[in-house]
Amino acid sequence: MQDFLNNIMPNVVERFPTFVQAIWDTIIMVVWSGAISFGLGMLFGVMLTVTKPGGIMQNRVVYQILDKVINFFRSIPFVILLTWLIPISRAIMGTAINVEGAIIPLIVGTVPFLSRQIESALAETDKGMIEAATSMGISKMGIIFRVYLREGIGAIARGTTITMISLVGLTAMAGAVGSGGLGDFAIRYGHDRNMMDVTWVTVIAVFILVSIIQIIGNIVVKKNKH
Amino acid sequence: MIYLKHICKTFIDDNKKEVHAVNDVTLTINDGDIFGIIGFSGAGKSTLVRCINLLERPTSGTVEVDGKDLTKLSDRELRESRKKIGMIFQHFNLFPSRTIFGNVAFPLQGSGLSKEEIKVKVRKLLDLVGISEKENAYPSQLSGGQKQRVAIARALANDPDILLCDEATSALDPQTTKSILDLLKNLNKELGITIVVITHEMAVVKEICNRVAVMEKGKVVEEGDVFSIFANPKEKLTQNFIKTTSNLRKIEDLVNEDSPVVKLKPGELIVRLSYIEKNISEPLISSMTEKYGVILNIIFANIEIIQDAPIGGTVAIMSGEPDSIEAALDYLRDKNVGVEVIKDARLPK
Repeated sequence: MQDFLNNIMPNVVERFPTFVQAIWDTIIMVVWSGAISFGLGMLFGVMLTVTKPGGIMQNRVVYQILDKVINFFRSIPFVILLTWLIPISRAIMGTAINVEGAIIPLIVGTVPFLSRQIESALAETDKGMIEAATSMGISKMGIIFRVYLREGIGAIARGTTITMISLVGLTAMAGAVGSGGLGDFAIRYGHDRNMMDVTWVTVIAVFILVSIIQIIGNIVVKKNKH
Repeated sequence: MIYLKHICKTFIDDNKKEVHAVNDVTLTINDGDIFGIIGFSGAGKSTLVRCINLLERPTSGTVEVDGKDLTKLSDRELRESRKKIGMIFQHFNLFPSRTIFGNVAFPLQGSGLSKEEIKVKVRKLLDLVGISEKENAYPSQLSGGQKQRVAIARALANDPDILLCDEATSALDPQTTKSILDLLKNLNKELGITIVVITHEMAVVKEICNRVAVMEKGKVVEEGDVFSIFANPKEKLTQNFIKTTSNLRKIEDLVNEDSPVVKLKPGELIVRLSYIEKNISEPLISSMTEKYGVILNIIFANIEIIQDAPIGGTVAIMSGEPDSIEAALDYLRDKNVGVEVIKDARLPK
C-alpha cells in the first residue's frame, strides 16, 4: 500500500503533514466564515424579505439601502475584495495573512450572495400562509420565525448549500494570497513546482469536501419535505 | 356584532390609477348570523371581508366589532382582537411543514396554555370537525375537503366569536362543498358563532345564510334576509344570481328561442306563478283548476325550502275560457301569488 501511494503520488506522501494541515485550514475557513456568513445572510435575507414593497414590515428606505449595498458588494470580484480588505482584516483580526486573515474577505464575499439566496428562498413562501398567520393575531416576529423561516427550511438549506460550495471555491482563491488551505497547497506545489500529483489529490480532496456539503444539504432538504 | 361604516378601500394600480375596490359600504352583521356576501370576482367582496379583521386597512370608514373600533387599536390590541375573529380561505393556507396537529396547535402556541392543555384542545377541535384520525398526517396527504376541515379547526382554536370564510368552498367539488357547509351550519348552531361567507355561488347562500348582501363594483347593491331576496329580488344582478339556482327563469330563453315547448294554440298563455309569501300552505293550483275550470300544463316547477319556508314557483301553459282565465289569475293574485304573463296567445277583446 505504502509503495503504491509512493508510486502514484510521491510528492503528496512526502508532504503529508502539510497536506493534512491544508485540508484542516480549508475546513476552518469554511466553517468559521460559513457560520458567520450564515448568521448575517439570514439577517439580511429576512430584512430584504420583510421590508420589500408588500412585505410585512414594508420600509422603503431600509430596503433600498440594503438592496444597493448588497448589489455593490456582489459586484466586486473576489480577488479585488481580498486585497481591498487587507487594512480592515489587520484592524479586526490583527493580521491579513493565514487563516485569520482570510476570514473577513470570505465573509464579505459570501454574505451578499447568501442574503440573495435567503431572499429568494423566502420569496417562495405562499402569501396565503402569511395572511392566515396574520389573521390569527400572530406577531410580526412570530410570522418571521414560525412561518417564513420554519416553512422555508428546505429552500434555505438549498440556497445555503450552493453558497457553502461556492465558499469552498473562494477559500482556494484566498489561498493564492497567503491564507493557506488546499488552494494554497495546490498552487504552491502543484503549479509552481509542477507536481501534477499534488494538483490531482487536491482536486479529489476538494471534491470530497463539496460532496459532503451537498449530502448534508440534501438530507436537510429531504427531512423538511412533506 | 360587526358594524362596517362607510368603508372605502382604494388601491393604486400599476398604471398609477386609483381603483375603488370597496366603495362606501355600510353593513351590520348581527351576532349569530350566517351572513353571505355574494358577487362576481372583482366585485370587492374579498377586500371587504379582509377589512373586518384589518388584513386590509380601509382607506376610510370604521370597523366596529363588538363595540370596538378596530381601526383605532394599537398593534398589540389588534392582534388580541384578531384572535376572536377566525378566518378560512379558498386555498386553505395550511402550513405544509407541520402535521395536522401542528397546524391546529399553531395559534395556541405562546397563548399561555401548557403542552398538555394544547393537546387536549387540539384533539377536541379535530374531533369537532370530524378529522381526528388524521392528527399525524401532513396537509399534502389530505383531500381538499379534509384540508378545509383542518383550516376550520385551526380558525376555531382561539374560540372566536366570528368566522370569516373567503370563498371557502370554491375550490371544492359539489359534494364536499355540501359537507363543509353542513359543518359551518352546525358550528353556527352549536357554538353560536357568527359566520360571514364570501361566495360567488348563490347555491351557497341558499344553503346556509340567513342574510345576504349582493356586491357589484365595490358597492352593496342589495341586502336583506335571504327569503325576501329570493322571493323578491330588486336588482338585475340579484335576479341573475338567483336565476343560476332555479330553472324558473329559463322560460324567457325558451320564448326567445321560440322552442317547440312554448308553442301556443290560440287562446292559451304562459304564466309564471311565484310563491313569495312565507304562509302559503293551501293547494292553490288544485283549487284554482277545480274552481274555474282552467287547465294548467306545467313546464317547470321549482320549490325550495329557504329558512324553513317554501319558495319558488311554477311555469305553465294555461288554457280555458277567456273569462275563467281572467278570474283564475285574479284568484291567484288575491292569494299573494306573483303572476307574470310571459307569452300571450289570447285574442284581443
